[in-house]
Amino acid sequence: MRDVHKTIEAVWKIESTRLIAAIARVTRDIGVAEELAQDALITALELWPEEGIPENPGAWLMKAAKRRAIDSLRRSRLLVQKHEEIARELQVQQQRLGEAMDQALDQVIDDDVLRLIFTACHPVLAVEGRVALTLRLIGGLTTAEIARAFLVPEKTIGQRIFRAKKTLSEAHVTFETARGDELRRRVKSVLSVVYLIFNEGYTATSGEEWMRAALCDEALRLGRMLVQLLPGESEVHALLALMELNASRTAARRGSNGEAVLLPDQDRSLWDDAQIQRGTTSLEHAQRLGGEVNYYALQAAIAACHMRARTAEETDWERIVLLYDALMQVSPSPIVALNRAVAVGMAQGPAAGLDALDAIATPTADSALAGYHLLHSVRGDLLMKMGRFPEARAEIERAIDMTQNLREQELLTERLKQIEKAAPST
Amino acid sequence: MRFMMMVIPKGYESAAPDAVPSAQAAAKMMQYNKALQKAGVLLALDGLFPPSTGARISYAGGKAKVTDGPFPEAKEVIGGYWIIQVRSREEAIEWAKRAPMSDNEVIEVRQIHEMPDFPEDVQKRLKNSSTGTP
Repeated sequence: MRDVHKTIEAVWKIESTRLIAAIARVTRDIGVAEELAQDALITALELWPEEGIPENPGAWLMKAAKRRAIDSLRRSRLLVQKHEEIARELQVQQQRLGEAMDQALDQVIDDDVLRLIFTACHPVLAVEGRVALTLRLIGGLTTAEIARAFLVPEKTIGQRIFRAKKTLSEAHVTFETARGDELRRRVKSVLSVVYLIFNEGYTATSGEEWMRAALCDEALRLGRMLVQLLPGESEVHALLALMELNASRTAARRGSNGEAVLLPDQDRSLWDDAQIQRGTTSLEHAQRLGGEVNYYALQAAIAACHMRARTAEETDWERIVLLYDALMQVSPSPIVALNRAVAVGMAQGPAAGLDALDAIATPTADSALAGYHLLHSVRGDLLMKMGRFPEARAEIERAIDMTQNLREQELLTERLKQIEKAAPST
Repeated sequence: MRFMMMVIPKGYESAAPDAVPSAQAAAKMMQYNKALQKAGVLLALDGLFPPSTGARISYAGGKAKVTDGPFPEAKEVIGGYWIIQVRSREEAIEWAKRAPMSDNEVIEVRQIHEMPDFPEDVQKRLKNSSTGTP
């Protein structure tokens, strides 16, 4: 029942990152490095089904890549010049290249892998290019797999990857390790790419279920890799914490008929305790490194507050409000403000929540929240709790009109029924 | 998907209660564990004391009966395990192939059940049984 192609695929997923990173150390260009690695993979796909999987597949792939590199060096040099002197020089160059590649694989250092990640998430690239390149180079995903995960045609992903590589080469992005302030900036970009991949899997409402789970798992894997590569960076631990804590609720987020279940209504016994434990440990780590008031650490701390409560009623909303206050300081956004208003409503009552909501969002046409259905659904919730049923109904109806998402519409319709039930029949 | 890789060392069923791996074997193992960590696939790992320090509980006729270790009748016992998160059964096998094992050790790779792996009626039962807990 073991399929040799599936085994080769698995070997590729394990080895490709280090392979590409090692080659890039020599070629200084990740586009070229990836092509050489892909060539090696194609050779493996031809030979391994016949000859069997080699003992050390990583070294085998590197050797194949080395041969291709030397070949292409010869071709490119011969095209330019044919002097005898040049031929001798070429030989020396080939030998040097070969030695450099041998050495590179012997000691793929963590820095190579880190450089590869930094380059794939380089700020010079469009965000979608960073995501595609990261999944391809560090996730070992095929273009087809990435396309399925993002529900776009394979061609589109192929173009994104092509464009991204071209941009890197045109911008002369060097395969270097960033330091100091530049390192911080680059880490930030890497983390946002990983979190985007996670959320694509976590919040997407269409597409194949297993593919979405695969994106979450991949983001978590990248998060764990980064923790090993950048153990001193607080936010790296914090992002992993945030993803673990959110992912721990996965089984509880769907009801027995596949419907969405929101956090307050979730069956908390379905939360994954081992994952909560991992998330909490990572958060503590981030806090020990002195980053407790950073962007991801605050969000993870809010998630941890929810996970600590054994019932929705036990939730420490006062603390969550404080954490949102801090989050508004470091990273103010309409969404954070909206979530803060919800927390205020829970901690201090619906009237206070409504005040907080009105303070941030007098929904003018050009505000960031205009056209955002959650604003109306939150307002509707608060109004319902205050017994202002006709206004609540109007807000929820508006929210239903504004969302395209079927699951959201279901939830909101359910809310509407609750209002009908609670409202005195007049 | 998650897998458990279980180490089954021959002879561990009768190992002395204080049996521990050699420093050399431990060092190799640390290196392997680090590789799993760096690849971002490692979720948990543990080594287990020999069965001579353990106990087996059997339930014939609905009654729990305790037998203290060692268990001479046991042919295979577990010495330790890793839990890894990987993308396929083949990937789990590839990781197991890379483990620094000796001639008398075997690794068994088994997938861990996740909620969607259960039939729908079982899932419903699991999800409904715990609603309304205090």
